[in-house]
Amino acid sequence: MEIPYTVQPRPDTGIYNAKVGIWLFLASEVMLFGGLFSGYVLLRVGADQWPHGWLDVRFGTLNTIILALSAITTLLAWAACKVGHFGKFKFFHACTLLLALSFLSVKMYEYHDKWIHYEIKLADGTFADGHLVEKSADFDLAQKTGTVTLHGRIVKDETLLYDLRSQKNIELKEVTVNASDIVKMENYGPWHNTFLAIYFTLTGLHALHILGGSIVIGYLWGPGSKMWKKDPERFTNRIEVSGLFWHFVDLVWIFLFPVLYLT
Amino acid sequence: MDAIVHQFPPYRKDEAHHSQDAHDDHGHEHHDPGFWAKYIFSTDHKTIGIQYGFTALCFMLFGFFLMLMMRWQIAHPGTPVPVIGPLLEKVLGQVAAKGVISPELYNSFGAMHGTIMVFLGIVPLAFAAFGNYVVPLMIGAVDMAFPRVNMASYQAYFLGGLVMFISFFIPGGAAQAGWTSYSPLATTIPTHGQLFWIIGMVLLISSSLLGAVNFIATIIQLRAPGMTWMRLPFFVWAQFVTAFLLLLAFPPLEAAAVMQLMDNVAHTSFFLPTGLAVGGQLANISGGGSPLLWQHLFWFLGHPEVYVLILPAMGIVCEILANNTRKPIWGYKSLVYSVLTIGFLSFIVWAHHMYLTGMGTKISTFFQATTMIISIPSVIILTCLFISLWGGSIRFNTPMLFALAFLPMFGIGGLTGLPLGFNVSDVHLHDTYYVIAHFHYVVAPGTIFGLFAGIYYWFPKMTGRKMNEFWGRVHFWCSLIFMNLVFMPMFAQGMAGMLRRMSDGGANYSAAVNARAGADVIGGLSDDIMSLHVWILWAAIALGIAQIPFIVNLFWSIKHGEKVGDNPWNSTTLEWQTPTPPPHGNFTHEITVYRGPYEYSVPGHATDFTPQNEPPIGSHAPQISTTVH
Repeated sequence: MEIPYTVQPRPDTGIYNAKVGIWLFLASEVMLFGGLFSGYVLLRVGADQWPHGWLDVRFGTLNTIILALSAITTLLAWAACKVGHFGKFKFFHACTLLLALSFLSVKMYEYHDKWIHYEIKLADGTFADGHLVEKSADFDLAQKTGTVTLHGRIVKDETLLYDLRSQKNIELKEVTVNASDIVKMENYGPWHNTFLAIYFTLTGLHALHILGGSIVIGYLWGPGSKMWKKDPERFTNRIEVSGLFWHFVDLVWIFLFPVLYLT
Repeated sequence: MDAIVHQFPPYRKDEAHHSQDAHDDHGHEHHDPGFWAKYIFSTDHKTIGIQYGFTALCFMLFGFFLMLMMRWQIAHPGTPVPVIGPLLEKVLGQVAAKGVISPELYNSFGAMHGTIMVFLGIVPLAFAAFGNYVVPLMIGAVDMAFPRVNMASYQAYFLGGLVMFISFFIPGGAAQAGWTSYSPLATTIPTHGQLFWIIGMVLLISSSLLGAVNFIATIIQLRAPGMTWMRLPFFVWAQFVTAFLLLLAFPPLEAAAVMQLMDNVAHTSFFLPTGLAVGGQLANISGGGSPLLWQHLFWFLGHPEVYVLILPAMGIVCEILANNTRKPIWGYKSLVYSVLTIGFLSFIVWAHHMYLTGMGTKISTFFQATTMIISIPSVIILTCLFISLWGGSIRFNTPMLFALAFLPMFGIGGLTGLPLGFNVSDVHLHDTYYVIAHFHYVVAPGTIFGLFAGIYYWFPKMTGRKMNEFWGRVHFWCSLIFMNLVFMPMFAQGMAGMLRRMSDGGANYSAAVNARAGADVIGGLSDDIMSLHVWILWAAIALGIAQIPFIVNLFWSIKHGEKVGDNPWNSTTLEWQTPTPPPHGNFTHEITVYRGPYEYSVPGHATDFTPQNEPPIGSHAPQISTTVH
């Protein structure tokens, strides 16, 4: 039993099976991210205050460039297969994989930066905010012993922490706070507010897609590339289909970058 | 005349019964697979269809038992469940102390009854089981486009079902927040049932995604030569639209499930508003979330899901009506365009589930308008099916009885939906038993009757034997009567003001109101209305007993049913033009399609059915004798 049109396109539809499959899958992915984006819109419209300038645009731009380059190498890898240059395919998809790895590394750095960023509500009504430098050895929030040192600042009004873009030249210095003065201490994790919640969820899901795409491309680059010898046409189709997925994941980032970093 | 029937389809009988020989001709990967490869990790669409069907029927029975226990609790609040009460206490512990279903357990059963029936019962049976078994055969394909994806789809479904089932036995029990899992309730219940529910749902959504991609790709790519779009049997069209609904409507729920998972695990506040108090105390959350967001995302799936439930059943009914009236379906093109219109419109009616949420009258008005518009194509479909009966010489066999009963039952379900679609009358009826009666009429005597019809109809294709006709009729008449006795009284209860989801059926509420102001006051429920609970309980038990003939018949007939040929119903569609059961690869000869799906009683043709792949008279393709002996 042979399933027709696995390699050659069906004459009247002009397309082979896997390509139909991947386009349908991408349609469903559009709806998945669409659901999250509409969540973003509703949360932002309903929010009392929405943070601005919390994410570093430089890193966002860097990652945008990385993904744009990976889109080009993906296309070139497929084109190399089309004209029968297996060596060039190997080279271009190796670049794709390295770029994917760089993207994830930058993302991890950004996550870590948020993870060690604390907002501390103090007993006198002010707020200490900044990146963790160190906690003293006897620091214990429940026992109210010890101190914590942040690299940041103390503000009187919490709303100042929300809009960083309109404040020029914020002075940051080391601030040490006694545990006994702390009312509430929380890092910038997804629990901190709905902006960070949707930021971590959207970019986390996107990073999972990058990871999944890398695994597929890595398989086709490594053990899966044996198929080149037996059935180069089918292998080229696989590169095309996985490339379509990769372009979609890039495209999602093109939406994520302005929505999260620039607005 | 008989000679012609036997000469077509053009393969040799002995070849069909030695499908292995037939297969060696193709000379491709033929070896005898072991038990595991053949039944558990099969990539054959027919085996996967049967796997889906069997699993889904088991879940439906399980969901039905949950409902029976709930009905006991409603009719006789605070009394132990007879027979299985002690077992409940033993398995579930404190929540079923002394065999009495506690309100928490009632909530669990309610949530899981809905979840199981919709996501583990009807959808897998209607879409995945029938779709898998029948669609590739109907379009003349050798298998699905992606057989291994098909297997993965079933496995994800099975795992999802397993997670849901296991959640009953964890400490605290299964999810309690209703099948709709509204936040913040779903997030603030301090047990882990909801977590299991979300993980189970993510698996089920992945399963349906894989299935939907596969079905659409198969229908687009693997139609046999000559099988143009307007020659597709209506069942295939129904499955095609259903697959698109699953493909595009489920992902937003997956997004919502991810967000609810974050709320549960990472303590985000996607659906938790500022100032949320739990147990009298301000919750320790960041707030700023939107409970309405969950409802929008849930019902964006939830309403297309309704059409996922009903469209395959309409498809099945259409096939069976055409076959048993022995005439073409009236208005085939209207049916096709209607089902496409329904598919499109079903994406823009979801908020009619949310009139009472305070989302605003302008939005309500929009969704009221679209809701009224979507009833038009539904009515067109039903009307076409009714008119198709006109002038037919109807054969009243068991599948036909179920298919016929589908029409008025779905009609009742659909028409009673209109007062719910208008936002003024919905104010009174929202969240009452009226709603329960309405959607159960659509799904239980509607869809499930369609599915029963399909099982009786295609059983001979799967096994080569018919199910017993007498017990089929017993099953049909008892089901029809008791189904109506269960759901009809609920309309009255709902209009009298009885709310859903009360574990004592409203006894406390009613007693309190009546004690204060007498039985006539608005809001109190009269004894007549309350006593209907007992009637419904016994009707439900009788309905359960009425399924015993079906279950016995199903298994008994596999070995002992009446032996029949390859095309026992004298049908025109392709699934009957192949050996029974169809071999791996489905067809023993090249299939070419020459005509539409419902060429019954064509004047001048020797038989009263003209199979889709029968060459026209005078053509040179496989030689068929057309002379009457």
